[in-house]
Amino acid sequence: MASSIRVRATSNGDITEVQALIQHPMDTGLVKDSKGELIPAHFIQELKFECNGKDVFVADWGTAVSKDPYVKFSFKGAKKGDDLKISWTDNKGASDTTTAKIS
Amino acid sequence: MTTTTGALATRRLILQGAASVALLGLGNLPFAAAPARAAANDKYPEEAFKQKHEADAIKALYGKTAEPSDKVKLDAPEIAENGGVVPVSVTTTLDKVSSISFFVTENPYALAASYKFADGTIPGVANRLKMAKTTKLVAIVEADGKLYSATKEVKVTVGGCGG
Repeated sequence: MASSIRVRATSNGDITEVQALIQHPMDTGLVKDSKGELIPAHFIQELKFECNGKDVFVADWGTAVSKDPYVKFSFKGAKKGDDLKISWTDNKGASDTTTAKIS
Repeated sequence: MTTTTGALATRRLILQGAASVALLGLGNLPFAAAPARAAANDKYPEEAFKQKHEADAIKALYGKTAEPSDKVKLDAPEIAENGGVVPVSVTTTLDKVSSISFFVTENPYALAASYKFADGTIPGVANRLKMAKTTKLVAIVEADGKLYSATKEVKVTVGGCGG
């Protein structure tokens, strides 16, 4: 299966800009389906960005983060060619990990 | 004849054995997973995400109150046509930022997202949030142990919680 994480990390001298898009339903547990039954909550709780052995950015998410979440941030201390590791865990214990090269 | 039943009996025994082993294996999984989560130094703030009101959620997450600051810049649309996907971002000129959190006051649960920053990570984040209806949006920046906030009203024409 293709990774659920799409990431772009671009170095601009000192600063690396990271944009990530993750495929996930992010169900709140409050919405009913067409049969009138509640769709159980299913959402990413933790999303972590690791670079050179250090957590540079960690997100704790609730159900109010949009479906197929998007996040953007920047950090210092990395250079072109470094690996950026991205991983998430959801409330059902599912997870995914991918590694992107900073370009 | 006797040999066949004997063979059948042992086969049944083996199957039962296999089934109970499988059950045991499943039963063990949650226990094995629990210490791994606890080992992570920063735990997922489960309690804060369960709070219905913004003030309670801030208290559960940080244990203190925030003061408004013009050094926190919150960017969100005045009118959001689709409450399911509202682009929201925060930037700040404050130093020593350790976290930034978003609270949507009119949502069923106020806390939407909380981000932790390492040294060297630029204090700013952009993401997309759901908003149930027209609401106050609060961003909180934790800098040098203190909390600073910025607030904005977002008009939502179609709610993002299936209502």
